[in-house]
Amino acid sequence: MNAALTLSNITKRFGDLVANDDVSLSLDKGEVLALLGENGAGKSTLMNILFGHYIPDSGSIHVFGEPLTPGDPRAAIARGVGMVHQHFTLADNLSVLDNVTLGTESLLSLRASRAQATATLQALSQRFGLQIDPYALVRTLSVGEKQRVEILKALYRGAKILILDEPTSVLTPQEVAQLFATLKQLVAEGLSIVFISHKLDEVLAISHRIAVLRSGKLVFEGNTSDATKAMLAQAMVGRDVEPIQRREASHASADVVLKLDAVCATSVESRVALRDASLEIYAGEIVAIAGVSGNGQTLLADVVCGVSQVTSGEVKFKGKPMALNVREAIAHGIARIPEDRQHVGSVADLSVWENAVLPRAGDVRFSRWGVLNARAARAHTNELVHAYDVRLASIEHPIRKLSGGNIQKLILGRELSEAPELIVAAQPTWGLDVGAVAFIHSQLRDAAARGAAVLLISEDLDEVFALADRIAVMSKGCLSEARAAEAWTMQSIGLAMAGESDARSERHAA
Amino acid sequence: MRLEARTAVSRIAPLISGLGAILFTLAVSGALVLWAKADVVSAYVAIYEGALGSRFAITETLTRATPLMLTGLAAAIAFRARLYNIGAEGQLYMGAIAAVAASVAMTNEAGELALPTSMAFALMILAGALAGAALLIVPTLLKTRFKVDEVVTTLLLNFIALLFVSMLLDGALKDPAAMGWPQSPTLPSELEFSKLIERARVHTGLFMAVALAIVLSFVIRYTRFGLAMRAVGANDRAAAFAGIGVNATLVKVALISGALAGLAGVGEVAGRTGYVTLDMSPGYGYSGIVIAMLAGLSPIGVIFAAIFVGGTIVGADAMSRSVNVPTYIADVIVATALIAVLVAGLLTKYRVRWK
Repeated sequence: MNAALTLSNITKRFGDLVANDDVSLSLDKGEVLALLGENGAGKSTLMNILFGHYIPDSGSIHVFGEPLTPGDPRAAIARGVGMVHQHFTLADNLSVLDNVTLGTESLLSLRASRAQATATLQALSQRFGLQIDPYALVRTLSVGEKQRVEILKALYRGAKILILDEPTSVLTPQEVAQLFATLKQLVAEGLSIVFISHKLDEVLAISHRIAVLRSGKLVFEGNTSDATKAMLAQAMVGRDVEPIQRREASHASADVVLKLDAVCATSVESRVALRDASLEIYAGEIVAIAGVSGNGQTLLADVVCGVSQVTSGEVKFKGKPMALNVREAIAHGIARIPEDRQHVGSVADLSVWENAVLPRAGDVRFSRWGVLNARAARAHTNELVHAYDVRLASIEHPIRKLSGGNIQKLILGRELSEAPELIVAAQPTWGLDVGAVAFIHSQLRDAAARGAAVLLISEDLDEVFALADRIAVMSKGCLSEARAAEAWTMQSIGLAMAGESDARSERHAA
Repeated sequence: MRLEARTAVSRIAPLISGLGAILFTLAVSGALVLWAKADVVSAYVAIYEGALGSRFAITETLTRATPLMLTGLAAAIAFRARLYNIGAEGQLYMGAIAAVAASVAMTNEAGELALPTSMAFALMILAGALAGAALLIVPTLLKTRFKVDEVVTTLLLNFIALLFVSMLLDGALKDPAAMGWPQSPTLPSELEFSKLIERARVHTGLFMAVALAIVLSFVIRYTRFGLAMRAVGANDRAAAFAGIGVNATLVKVALISGALAGLAGVGEVAGRTGYVTLDMSPGYGYSGIVIAMLAGLSPIGVIFAAIFVGGTIVGADAMSRSVNVPTYIADVIVATALIAVLVAGLLTKYRVRWK
């Protein structure tokens, strides 16, 4: 039998929701199978079933021809199934070697056989071209290197089937190329790979076969050579999708809304400090900050949102120095869309309407003498829900019951409905489905057209190129000059993101 | 064994889980009564009779429940904001001793109040509330400034507060007429809370506790401060992002929580004992935590949880006299009930999968 992995008729229900509906898939030895689908299509559920985190309601799994005990992660690992999660599961304060061996050694053995483990690890990294220093602390590694550690971790446990969940979302274009080289090496050595993604170009570049899930059902399965981008997009969404349109350059006025002047900042959460960031944003334009996450963009957004303090430099709002605290930012009417909508942008346990007024609860509209005007707050929330197409059962429910896209729409409505002159949007569409992404993009465009200055922070280069008038790149805490979007190419922006930019991309400056 | 989230929680689930918790508590406590070689049914009947079986029993239960409501509210409001005030016991004693100290300060040489009674009464209550609040403000500032864990500091401050009160009872606030016992002077009778019923101990402190529970319930639900407090308790990072002063909110919560526990002390000294001794509270401060948890941190729930715990203690006293089972059974019932309620709450949200 040639199949490494066979999933037969898998069905999994959560209450009324059918997360996986009679899904059958097979993965051959030495093959890369791409699993495509929007958020909520059932990719994660399927992989969690495979990995033993969930028990399917019906259906069976065979690994190398033998049935796999459902609901037992250890059985999956023992059979050679390895998973590389989108969010790394590494201990930052341990070395690469410790991270790789963690959990594989008996707790009863008094002496860890480190020499042998090191040898095994080095043999693996040689064989698959995954260069890494076994003694380096994980904390000091780049994102690409951390991903290598995750892959090595799976290989060290004897993985023959590797599941990669959105592996490219945190990488620069160059790192993606490197990852793809590694994957090719792995399949050449006889491993099988499930590559989960929603980026069509990457899927077409790396996979042999493609399976598309939509609403829990397998809607497409076929060879990559027969597939086209348009047809995959159509299969994913269930209707025709217009490719992201480049926005027409807006006519930015001469008014500088936000000016950063040699801003330096540090914070506990951000390991990278902001170094001498200078930037001007004019009314009516969208300026995007591109970069791989963790290079200081969040800190930059936090400074403008009043969450983090500067150590030196100045932030000016409409020509006047701005005190950097949250209340000042709210008082100036700055729309703040934080990166983490579930944990920073909203309070999960508060109701939808409480969240909708939370930053402005002291406003005369919503409270008097310290007592909330719940009726006005609910009415306002209902308007937002209507105007920003938030799908929900009740505004009285805690906001955690909403999907990520609906939470984001509510936050967007909460901020944009105040007619802001400056919008700070950090990863506004991260992890959202196509429909929500399109909605949020159009809202940001409209806001800019109305004259708002937009500071967009995004890791998604498609988004950056689709929306931005000007683009600056952030790398290791340094902000490049913001240049017109046309002045950048994928190549030059990738190099700038990797921090080895200036000499080479200077050419594009003119 | 592991837990899997239930997708649909039925409407009657809380009712069933509540009933299950009660049955479980009765079963576990019943087993212990059997072990003590007593008749289970008559023991439970004796507890019920002792707690609610007569007018006197009811007044005794409500007398017990009064300080428990206040310490329960102190814990509930603090825990809502995720300020873990374990120090209600110390705050209660500080409130009680401050009330006595205020009365001493307001009394002239002849033993008469130097101020109009209503003003003196208000000042006595204020002194008790402030003393309780003052004791909690220190750990709260340590938490907001230096991230010192308030569980440790409030817990340890209980011992400091008790020793401080002990020092006063043997020194500055020793009653010379107490024949050497460490006991404070007795409050002038004008400053005592009125009794609600003749020949019973239940006093107006009960109304104060119930009224405060209702006020707090409104504050938590319908005021900006209540919203800020819940936001801080649920997620302080998101609260800060929304422009809520997290530290300022915690300080306000600490003032309220400490004041409530201080008022529990005022109520005990002005409503029941009349003077402070070191055995004035059999751990009301700690029981307040249990009550707050039983009530699901709801102020109105605290009223009922306090009556349940107070009744169990009073009833167990009566039961031990009649069927000869130690009064410790009251602690077992309360503790088992708490665990059962917490587990029942969990089971309405999750189902257990055995492998």
